[in-house]
Amino acid sequence: MDPKNIWITFPELLIWFPLVAGLVAFMIRNQKKVKAWAIISSFITLAISVTSLIYADASKYFYYNNVSYYWLQYIGSNFSIGLDGMGHLLTALTALLFPVIFIATNKTNYKYSNVFYGLMLLTQSGMMGVFAAMDVLVFYIFWELAVIPIYFLCSRWGGKRRIQATFKFFVYTFAGSLLMLIGILYVYMHTAGTDYASHSFSMNAFYAALLSAKEQNLVFWLFFIAFAIKMPVFPFHTWQPDTYEQAPASATMVLSGIMVKMGVFAVIRWILPIFPEAVNKFDNIVIGLSVIGMLYASLIAIKQDDLKRFVAYSSIAHIGLMCAAIFTKSETSLQGVMVQMFNHGINIIGMWIVVDLLEKNAGTRKISELGGVAHKAPVLTIFLVIIALANIALPLTNAFVGEFMMFAGLFKFNMVFAAVALVCIILAAVYTLNMVQKVFYGEANTITEKMLDISFNQKLVLAVLVVFIFLFGVYPQPVFELTKETISALLVRIK
Amino acid sequence: MNTIILTAIWGVVMMLGGAFIKNKSLPRNLAIFGLLVILIFNCIEMNRGESFFNIDVRNMLHFNSFNLTFISVALGCTLLFLLLNGRDFEKIGEHVSEYFALLFFILSGIAIISTFNSLLLLFIGIEIVSIPLYILTGSDKRNLKSNEAALKYFLMGAFSTGIMLLGIAFLYGGSQSGSFYIDNIISGNGPMPAMIATGLVLLLVSMSFKVSAAPFHFWTPDVYDGAPTVITSFMATVIKVAAFFAFVRLFENAFGTMHSQWQNLVVILITATLLFGNLTAVFQQSVKRMLAYSSIAQAGFMLFSLFALNNLAKEGLVLYAAAYSLASIGMFAILVKMKDYTVDGFNGLGKQQPVLAVTATVFLLSLTGIPLTAGFMSKFYMLNAAVLTGHQIWLVIFAVICAAISAYYYFRIIQSMFFKDVSDDVVLAEDITPAFKILLIITSILIIGLGLFPTMLTNWLYF
Repeated sequence: MDPKNIWITFPELLIWFPLVAGLVAFMIRNQKKVKAWAIISSFITLAISVTSLIYADASKYFYYNNVSYYWLQYIGSNFSIGLDGMGHLLTALTALLFPVIFIATNKTNYKYSNVFYGLMLLTQSGMMGVFAAMDVLVFYIFWELAVIPIYFLCSRWGGKRRIQATFKFFVYTFAGSLLMLIGILYVYMHTAGTDYASHSFSMNAFYAALLSAKEQNLVFWLFFIAFAIKMPVFPFHTWQPDTYEQAPASATMVLSGIMVKMGVFAVIRWILPIFPEAVNKFDNIVIGLSVIGMLYASLIAIKQDDLKRFVAYSSIAHIGLMCAAIFTKSETSLQGVMVQMFNHGINIIGMWIVVDLLEKNAGTRKISELGGVAHKAPVLTIFLVIIALANIALPLTNAFVGEFMMFAGLFKFNMVFAAVALVCIILAAVYTLNMVQKVFYGEANTITEKMLDISFNQKLVLAVLVVFIFLFGVYPQPVFELTKETISALLVRIK
Repeated sequence: MNTIILTAIWGVVMMLGGAFIKNKSLPRNLAIFGLLVILIFNCIEMNRGESFFNIDVRNMLHFNSFNLTFISVALGCTLLFLLLNGRDFEKIGEHVSEYFALLFFILSGIAIISTFNSLLLLFIGIEIVSIPLYILTGSDKRNLKSNEAALKYFLMGAFSTGIMLLGIAFLYGGSQSGSFYIDNIISGNGPMPAMIATGLVLLLVSMSFKVSAAPFHFWTPDVYDGAPTVITSFMATVIKVAAFFAFVRLFENAFGTMHSQWQNLVVILITATLLFGNLTAVFQQSVKRMLAYSSIAQAGFMLFSLFALNNLAKEGLVLYAAAYSLASIGMFAILVKMKDYTVDGFNGLGKQQPVLAVTATVFLLSLTGIPLTAGFMSKFYMLNAAVLTGHQIWLVIFAVICAAISAYYYFRIIQSMFFKDVSDDVVLAEDITPAFKILLIITSILIIGLGLFPTMLTNWLYF
């Protein structure tokens, strides 16, 4: 296909459409209309993403998925965006989850809803940019831009302690990304030039950068801290439970469903190929931190009484496993990470939707105050149990595939780490089932007495998620196909 | 050359006109008109490469695209400042026309210190900038704080000028041919003679004073706080970046070949400036004072151009000058209209004056250095230039940690504006015209435009 005949590419559509939709949403003052607009536009984005998956084959449709414009060519940066397998996977996740979030929270009314939905769509655009960036400077800009709307969303519409909690989150990520900026500039200094400039910010130039082992060791940490804050990996996780607790429900879903994947994604995209030697040197430390984080988060999750904090800590444990699996650098575990990135997004959103429904319905999210919900809301309970089982990676559910592969890689790497991580899986079963038991079974009390079951919209959304849970539980092959080339290219670089 | 002569003439016209004009708004319009004409003439000079005035300056002034671009930036920012805040000059006192006249003299001085090639003209330029500024600082005659600020500024300024003169004398004595031309002072890159070294340190001290780099910054918060807010706005932006420009030009042209020998002095200045500026800004309750300290902190970033002294640093300096001036002028313009200058005075502004609040957010994000704004690009250029020198990476890391601290005090205002409420009957800001709002929006668009395409400005440097 001649690139000249293509007037717009998929990554462009995926970035610009939500951006324009968000700007339009700012102008729609009517609450009902802006909600409808948000849902419609997010469905259009989903349609674009699905179409892009059909044309995902890089060897045939390269120019459908990659594009580059001159931008700051005199310092070696172009506006290059493109989708490889991993990019396709995560843009698809982003495109899929936004309509789900919008429909699930459709009943919630926000003051200044036009601004709320506008900011949500801007966040989507920013995250698409992160996943599609093929130039480090472009990546950095989108990386920061995605946080700004979230900052305003959480600080304006969040809970009581929202301002402090969100600000903590913002300063953490901002400091992290600035450190990464120095790392970027340091690698940039060692890249080859282009026609216009003596160095280059393009992804390939960064992959080919010649860094000595000593330099890699320093710059590795500059990058890793930024990504570790976002994921979050122990000990950089302290912002997360507070922010998840205080943020409005839809923002929490975006944060935990997609934004944490930005960290995982960035480690695979940038750290592994640029600093192979440093990765080999520090893999034990990073995996150690991840496993400590898993254990620590699981133990705290058992003690949590607040449902939101409960889900937040269980999310830290899951992400810790992904981070550990990445640093084993084996094909199996990397494929497991890919599958799990997608599936964790689906499962955690399911959890948040249920938590949000419970809170809206019962007026509390304290586990100790709830009980016997199953009598009052049987449909909700069925969905919750399925999602909860997926969360603890029961066979036949989607998370099982990913976690199994990650553990396979981890076992080969180091038995001790794998054993400790497996304890966390058992703990996950303990805290999840304990929560299900306390909240949903037993006798209904005064608070849960007047609960209603869920509406059609919410049934529909949860049903879609459950379909995905089973679909990828028995047939994860499409994800493997999609990301196969990314992983093999990556492994060539590391070895 | 156009700018130096025309600003001086227009300053005289404004001053004499003040005796005849009784109408209050006429001086403002005259000033804006004059400035616009001068800006256009300067752009013509930038394009054609020659001035309308054919004066033999005996190489004491140097006009090239780099200098002229900077003068255009300074004039453009001043124009914007007058458009936004011209009306507020009437609040200071009776003699509106004289204030504008002094402003034009300052601009003339700025044009001289951006183009000087001789130490004598540097001294004259600095004095032409400073003396009207002493007067303007104290122009709120009945206000004790303003008087105190003016006196303090005058005494400290005179002191630093003395140090500068001493430094110039040393350099003159130490130079091989007894010359004031800055490119003749040293030759080669051997070890520095003692006389030159003494002169260099004295000049470094006096220029650091002018750009309020720590530890010579102690006058800044008091003077910025005491001066009428309109004047503070001008002082903290256009004048400060002009002094910076002179600073960098002086050290590049005079001592550039011996860069490695004095680079460590700059490292100390940067560290101290970033540390003092950011840490003290965190504790300020008054937004005006906070902006004063933040201007010190931003100076720390601008000093990186002196540390790196490569092409990217020079581009970065001009970009930083524009980005910082635009954002600060906008922020001060909003501050002038506020009734209460404390951070709590901004509570609920997002609800009452959405345009002001949103544009203020853009300005603050730019000052913090968030991507898509000019502030990010300028910080990026500076850091890039510093990293490219290949050493003192720890200094760059220290700088970004300070930038993260700066997010605290800038975001505090954003938090007040959007996330805190105030009862509806409190009027937060007054005297807001539609034109003012439109200008603020234009300023924000300029900031975002520069953030997307910094080459719009930096390409001019190579014409």
